[in-house]
Amino acid sequence: MTQFVNIARPVITILVFLAIWWSISAFTGIPSFMLPSPPAVFAALQSQAGYLAENTLTTLSEIMLGLLFGTLLGAITALGVVFSPVLERWLMPVLVLSQAIPVFALAPLLVLWLGFGMASKVLMAVLVIFFPVTAAFSDGLRRTETGWLELARTMNAPPLAMMRHVRLMAALPAFASGLRVATAIAPIGAILGEWVGASAGLGYVMINANARMQTDVMFAALFILSVLAITLYVVVDRSLRKLLYWAPDSVGGR
Amino acid sequence: MDLQPLVASAAAAALPATCPGIRVSDLSLRYGTTVIFEDLNFMVAGGSFVALLGPSGVGKSSVLKILAGLAKPTTGRCEATDGQKLAGRISYMGQTDLLYPWLRVVENVVLGSRLRGEPKDYDRAMHLLERVGLAARAKALPSELSGGMRQRAAIARTLYEQRPIVLMDEPFSALDPFTRTRIQDLAAELMQGSTVLLITHDPLEACRLGHSLMVLSGHPARLGAPITVPGTPPRAPDNDDLLHTQGHLLRMLTEMEPR
Repeated sequence: MTQFVNIARPVITILVFLAIWWSISAFTGIPSFMLPSPPAVFAALQSQAGYLAENTLTTLSEIMLGLLFGTLLGAITALGVVFSPVLERWLMPVLVLSQAIPVFALAPLLVLWLGFGMASKVLMAVLVIFFPVTAAFSDGLRRTETGWLELARTMNAPPLAMMRHVRLMAALPAFASGLRVATAIAPIGAILGEWVGASAGLGYVMINANARMQTDVMFAALFILSVLAITLYVVVDRSLRKLLYWAPDSVGGR
Repeated sequence: MDLQPLVASAAAAALPATCPGIRVSDLSLRYGTTVIFEDLNFMVAGGSFVALLGPSGVGKSSVLKILAGLAKPTTGRCEATDGQKLAGRISYMGQTDLLYPWLRVVENVVLGSRLRGEPKDYDRAMHLLERVGLAARAKALPSELSGGMRQRAAIARTLYEQRPIVLMDEPFSALDPFTRTRIQDLAAELMQGSTVLLITHDPLEACRLGHSLMVLSGHPARLGAPITVPGTPPRAPDNDDLLHTQGHLLRMLTEMEPR
């Protein structure tokens, strides 16, 4: 029963949302270039399927590469900052600065330097992703339960083993929550880059369609983007719960 | 490391009489101008079970941490009664079970081997889990166990280390009285022959388990003369000698000046 309700809830939400949207476009006389009706968007999805699929692939690759490099960079930075106070003193201001400047403001520069291709978008995604990973992971590494470390010390654990078998393992749940945040915001970086200057990708499709008043295509791209972002989040979240089956937040979770 | 050649099934089998004791001389601990304790002198005879009793905040845990090499005293020294260092000959049970939540029970038992990069002796781990009645739950995660089971797993992990000296920091205080009594019996049985120093604020626990007991109290804390309870531990909870000593201790500790 609860399972049925769990599935029914989002379906009902979507249906209600669709009904409102449809009735607004049907009864208010808003021109379709302002608000296309759901069937029009569906038609655009069908007629432009190849074009949309191609550009979706580009955006997806940018997001995935951004996630990969952003997570790696974030994890390495966290390790560096936690284990070297010198590195922390030098790096922390840079990290804060990197977050103080809005990526919006950096986007044109990155496109100028790295070109219209994927590199500038991946870098943009990396910029928004790595900080939450660094922050969460370094926090986790610093907060290892003292008792676990003391126990390991009485067992004559060498420093490397303490690191690998205790601190790193204990920090994994924190790392996972950083990764969840990163996954949720990764599309922002990629789409932003595509808006500023690109030759492919869903952001490019949207800007292009907007300029040509093809609002139905814009909606179609927007729809794909949200499905993509939600699917990505759910996949990452589920996998993390599976991998960290022992962590408390994986047990009680939905 | 000078691990002694202990009996293979460390469990109940008596350790060799050569099992070293602990000698503490002129131990003191100060934080700034606050004296936690000073001039502590005591000895735990090899192979005996000694309870160190005292109210909360008196520095009992600090004594234990110093012995375990986890903290430094301001002055004084502690060594094994054979004149060698304590380091590497101690296994430690903390106030909580300290099971690593990401390791299954049997992996927690062999934790020492994992941390030191030695081959893991799963046969012995399983044997120990059998002794503490957890063999069926060897593959369970710590979060799936009850408090008593977790504490039993911690005992198995402590015994796996085969160290001649065991230090225990109120390991049973979080358990309900009935589980606590059962686990105390188990610990007393399995650690027979090892040198054990148990820290507790529970007079009953001290009287049940200790061959002898010491009281640490006051500010700065001082050690009272050792008290010996007649009979062999673990004593029955309704043992007359135990009840008498327990009452005496309870009165003494209650009447003492609060901080």
